[in-house]
Amino acid sequence: MRTLPRRFVPRSLLLRNLLGVLAGLVVVVLVLETTSPFRNSQLATMSYYAIAAAGLTVLTGLNGQISLGHGALMAVGAYTTALLLEGDAVPFSLAMLVAAAVTALVGILVGAAASRLHGPYLAGATLALAVGVPGLAIYFDGLLGGEQGLSVRSPRPPDWFADAHYFVTAGDLSSAKYLAYIGWLTLLLVILLLANLMASRFGRVWRAVRDDEVAAELAGLRLGRLRVLAFVVSAACAGLAGAVLAMVVRLAAPSGFTIVLSLSLLTAVVVGGLGSIAGALLGSALLVFLPPAVTNLGTGAGLTGVQAAQLAPLVYGVVLVVVMLLAPGGAMGLLRRFWRRGINQGGSR
Amino acid sequence: MRRPGQRGLAVGALATIVTLLITSCGAGGRPEEDQGGGSASDVGVTAESVKVGAHFPLTGVAAPGYSEIPTGAKAYFDFVNAAGGVNGRRIDYVYRDDAYNPTNTSQVVNELVLQDEIFAMVGGLGTPTHSAVLDFLNSSEVPDLFVSSGSLLWDQPETNPQTFGWQPDYEVEGKIIGQYVQQNFPDAKVGLFLQDDDFGEDGEKGARAYIDDQIVAAERYAPGNTDVGPQVAALQAAGADLVIGFNVPSYTALSQLTAMRLNYDPQWIYSNVGSDPALVGSLLSRFSEGQVTDAALLQGVMTTEYLPGVDAPDNAWTKLWQRVWDAHGGQGQLSNYRIYGMAQAYTFVQALQAAGPDPTREGIVTALEEMGGELRGPAFVPYRYSADSHAGLSGVKVVRIAGTGGTEDLSPVLVTGNGDTEITEHTEEHAAPPENGIPNVQPQN
Repeated sequence: MRTLPRRFVPRSLLLRNLLGVLAGLVVVVLVLETTSPFRNSQLATMSYYAIAAAGLTVLTGLNGQISLGHGALMAVGAYTTALLLEGDAVPFSLAMLVAAAVTALVGILVGAAASRLHGPYLAGATLALAVGVPGLAIYFDGLLGGEQGLSVRSPRPPDWFADAHYFVTAGDLSSAKYLAYIGWLTLLLVILLLANLMASRFGRVWRAVRDDEVAAELAGLRLGRLRVLAFVVSAACAGLAGAVLAMVVRLAAPSGFTIVLSLSLLTAVVVGGLGSIAGALLGSALLVFLPPAVTNLGTGAGLTGVQAAQLAPLVYGVVLVVVMLLAPGGAMGLLRRFWRRGINQGGSR
Repeated sequence: MRRPGQRGLAVGALATIVTLLITSCGAGGRPEEDQGGGSASDVGVTAESVKVGAHFPLTGVAAPGYSEIPTGAKAYFDFVNAAGGVNGRRIDYVYRDDAYNPTNTSQVVNELVLQDEIFAMVGGLGTPTHSAVLDFLNSSEVPDLFVSSGSLLWDQPETNPQTFGWQPDYEVEGKIIGQYVQQNFPDAKVGLFLQDDDFGEDGEKGARAYIDDQIVAAERYAPGNTDVGPQVAALQAAGADLVIGFNVPSYTALSQLTAMRLNYDPQWIYSNVGSDPALVGSLLSRFSEGQVTDAALLQGVMTTEYLPGVDAPDNAWTKLWQRVWDAHGGQGQLSNYRIYGMAQAYTFVQALQAAGPDPTREGIVTALEEMGGELRGPAFVPYRYSADSHAGLSGVKVVRIAGTGGTEDLSPVLVTGNGDTEITEHTEEHAAPPENGIPNVQPQN
């Protein structure tokens, strides 16, 4: 922004963010239209990781609450979507909204319990959520399909969308591409809302609570309420992410929501840079694109398929360790440091 | 926002972006369909090669054992390629890791179908994992052959015309075990130890068809929960003196160790899936932290078999697999899992030959429907493939594990179908493999 003459950038934050998101939309359309169907499907995968990671980065980065249970919240969203999309009566957009709302409700419950806990205790409580929730799907197997899970009919593009798409690009809309569009439009919307929220009064008071509880309380802030609110916002994002996941994967099954999912979300947020939405995007991109790239490098280097597959988690772990050692603020922290050095003095940020 | 000049500016910028969006995408013509001529008869087929793919758990909890299956299949495809391939085409086999997580499965299958452009899936493993991609494969019209799972889901030719099962399904296995128990242990009080999903459910259905009145308890465990104490204790409390387990290998080890701790010693029968002595032995020693060192605990345990395995080193098929593994295998020994992979690969080579010199996706599915029932191979029993059935192998034989030394037959080879189909003895002699180890199926037309 600094490099642009001030008068070309609207002063209103909402408009500024809106412009940013529209620019993002252009990039998304360009990228989705110029890449292969496989890349489209990878981008669809990235979109749901990024939605959940963006929500998590608000919770952990801005409000200082750690959650090891976001995978479970995604499961809530995914199962809600799967149940609603059964029988074709509900349009998918409504199902996504309901999924977000239901997950937000769960977020109120969890957040209310969590607001009294700190640090390792909070981590423990949310960990219990991550371990427990997939078990519910197995216990209520009549409704939730047990280990097998519920299969989800992924939405078909409506005619107007397919026509509009054909009008603009003269290409047929594959189902992978349509799902990627759904995922990325949702992601952009989430980014818009979160970016506004982060810059608003709520963002400021969440930071205040994170930085010094006593000072925040002395300033008249109600810690508990604010913590629950942060958790609810974050949970709603996780619910949306779960909804997108269900449609992209076409299945909601307990084995898709193991503790590994929650941990990967947290590592994505940390590697990207806590509290930064761009960092959450970067971290999710790493989650999606790094393992296949490493596996292919491994096979290219003459490893057997099994060895190459085992290489991927190893490299991911090494990347995590290296980032923590060299850039404790994550990738975005590193960028920001260079940026500051580049402009030679502190400035307003 | 308040000043009109600024709003105008912003709106202008918005308009610019939208225009940019539309113009930047400029309409081209419809992409032309690539209709390759002659020898490149379909996606994944060129004059020199046929590309097939699969998903397996190569990392994670399900990896022990299962990760060996693709290495076996790869070795057999390499063996066929070294002998000139099928109709002059090399078979390229790509297998990818899904860590037994359906979310990953859908990603790697996208990669296989969209990026690697495989001709067909061969042997994708797992019920929850593979059901995540069932719709996608069928709507993309990718032949989805020989799923590595005994679920009944793969036999739905109406809704999933591309998908074929391979191993005997769990219901068939349950029926044969049930009848064996009914005939040989008519007074036994039977307990069932079941994985709480389709696997346990189908197995239970099969067993109950024969021994419903003998069953005194049916205990289920949730996969992932490693404490099976309550289930085993409940079987003991119900007085079961014969326990049939439809469970995966790690739960065979867990149930054996738990029963030992509870001083509970019933006759155990495990389904084929959970009974590989080598794998269970290594799991036993890991779970017991070295106190139990081999599969000796499994001595006397009954199970079923449909392929000659490493315990029958003199069998002509095992000799072939050994030859293949020695020539083209990587590290490690020949194991029953590798044999499983090789046997699937063998079946695929048969299907590819049946599809003729210019195989198409449609052609290989039709060929399996028309000729699949007549194919004979490494298994003791024939397949049930037809236009109305995509079910795999039709039966098993009941065997007893004799320590580390092998197995002894308890019943003849029995075949049956789903539902009320009767169990009959399969009397056809199990033919030895062709001399060169490569099937020679003539296409029908």
